[in-house]
Amino acid sequence: MTGDLKIRVRGLCKSFGRKVVLKDLDLDVPRGESLVVIGGSGTGKSVLIKCIIGLMKPDKGSIEIDGQEVTRMSAGEREEIMHKFGMLFQGGALFDSLPVWENVAFGLIAGQGFNRVEAKEIALRKLGAVGLGSDVAQLYPSELSGGMQKRVSLARAIATEPEIIFFDEPTTGLDPIMSQVINELIKKCVEDLGATALSITHDMHSLRVIGDNAAMIYDGRIIWNGAAQDIDRSGNSLVDQFVQGKAEGPIKMPVRPL
Amino acid sequence: MPLLQPLGRTFLDGLSAIGRLALFTLRAILLAVRPPYYPRLILKQMIEIGYYSLPVVGMTAVFTGMVLALQTYTGFSRFNAETAIPNVVVLSICRELGPVLAGLMVAGRIGAAMAAELGTMRVTEQIDALVTLSTNPFKYLIAPRLIAGIAMLPVLVATADVIGVLGGYLVSAYKLGFNPGSYLQNTVDFVEFLDVFSGLVKAAVFGFIVALMGCYHGFHSRGGAQGVGKATTNAVVSASILILIANYIVTELFFSR
Repeated sequence: MTGDLKIRVRGLCKSFGRKVVLKDLDLDVPRGESLVVIGGSGTGKSVLIKCIIGLMKPDKGSIEIDGQEVTRMSAGEREEIMHKFGMLFQGGALFDSLPVWENVAFGLIAGQGFNRVEAKEIALRKLGAVGLGSDVAQLYPSELSGGMQKRVSLARAIATEPEIIFFDEPTTGLDPIMSQVINELIKKCVEDLGATALSITHDMHSLRVIGDNAAMIYDGRIIWNGAAQDIDRSGNSLVDQFVQGKAEGPIKMPVRPL
Repeated sequence: MPLLQPLGRTFLDGLSAIGRLALFTLRAILLAVRPPYYPRLILKQMIEIGYYSLPVVGMTAVFTGMVLALQTYTGFSRFNAETAIPNVVVLSICRELGPVLAGLMVAGRIGAAMAAELGTMRVTEQIDALVTLSTNPFKYLIAPRLIAGIAMLPVLVATADVIGVLGGYLVSAYKLGFNPGSYLQNTVDFVEFLDVFSGLVKAAVFGFIVALMGCYHGFHSRGGAQGVGKATTNAVVSASILILIANYIVTELFFSR
C-alpha cells in the first residue's frame, strides 16, 4: 500500500512543554492527490505540516515520503529531500530584502544551481502563470498588496516544480474574490505539475475548490477523512459542527460571559 | 526547599543557554567554512559593517583622541612629562580604545541591526521558507555575517587608529602648542608592530562576537514584535559584555609577563 502513498504518517506525537498538540496521529496522502486538512485554530494543523517538512522534530512517530523514513535522516539527506517540496506560507514569508523575481527564482538559484539569467526567465514565466506581469518582477514584497504577495508566494512554491506542495492557510486574510482567485490558481498549478498537495485551512470554500480528499484534525488526531465532496455527509458530529460553523455542538469554545 | 527551586532552575537555565550558544557557535563556524559560499552576501555585509560604520567609528575615534591628548596633558603637565603625550595617545588608541570603542559602537549599530533583521525573518517565517527552498539558513544568513564581521572590524579599527591619533595630533599641535612635525615623529618612532597588531586581533575577535550575538539572538527570537525587540536588546548587551571580557583575555594573552 505504501507504494501508492506519497506521504505516510504513523503515530505522530508532538508536545510543547505540557501541552500535547499531536497524539498518535495517522495520515495518508496518495500520490498525485490533493488532501486538505481542516480543523480549528490551535488544533495542530501547522505543527503537522511543519513536522512533515522537517521544520519541527516530532517527539515520536514515523513520517515516510515516497516510502523513505524522514524523521531519522541526516541533515544532508534532509536537504536532498527538500528538493521535492514547495510551500506556500500563511503570511507569504517572502524575503523582503529581495525583489519579487529573486524571491520566485530563489529555489532555482540557491537550491538548484541555475544561473541568474536562466532563473529570472523561469521566474517571469511562473509569475505569468499566477497572473502577474513582468512589471511586478522588479518590485519589492512590501510594495505589493496581500493578494499579490500570496500569488508571488505561490509562484515561488511552484518555481522548482516540486513533487509535493504544502499550502498553509492559503486564503487567510484575503477578500472572497481574491480567495477564489488563489484557490483556482492553486488547483491549476497542482494539476499542471501533477504534484501531490497537502493543504491546511479552515476555509470551507477553499477545501471544496482545491481538495480531492479531506481530513479533519481534532484534539491532536485525525478524526475523519474521506472524499472532499463527502464532507457535508461525513456522519461525524464534530465535522458537521465545523463545516456548518455552529457555535453549539460537541466542540466547546472556552468563552466566558462578559 | 521552595526557595532553592527557583535558584536551581535559574542555574540550570543558565547552563542550558551556554550549551545552546556553544552548539550554535560550533555549527556556525563549521558551516561557514564549507561550501556553498555566498560571495554577493558576504560583500553586502562587508559594505554594511565596514563602509556604513565608518562615520560613527571615525567620530568616536577622533573625539577620543582629542580628549585623550587633553586629559593626558592636564595630568602629565604636573610632572613636566608633556613630551610623553604622543606616546600615550598612540598606545592607548592602538591597543585599547580603538578596538574597544569601535567594537562597542559596531555592537550598537550592526549587532542590533542583525538581531532585528534575523528576528523579523524568524517571526515572519522567512527562515522557515529558506529551509523549504533547500537553503541552509546557517550558510545563507549567518556565515556571511560572521565572515564580514571578522574581516571588517580590523579594517575599521585600523582606520580608527589613524583617526584617533589624528585627533590627538590636532589638539596637541593647535591647542597645546606642540610642534606638529615632532609630534608625528614621536608617534611613529614610539609605536611598535605588536601595539597595532594586538589591536587588530582584538578587532577580529570583537567582530566575531558582534556578528555571533546578533545572529544568535535574532535567529532564536520568538513571539512577534516584542520578541524581536528583546532579541535586539539582548544582542547589544551580550555583545558589549563579551567584548569587554574578551578584551581582557586577549590583552592577557599578548602582554602578560
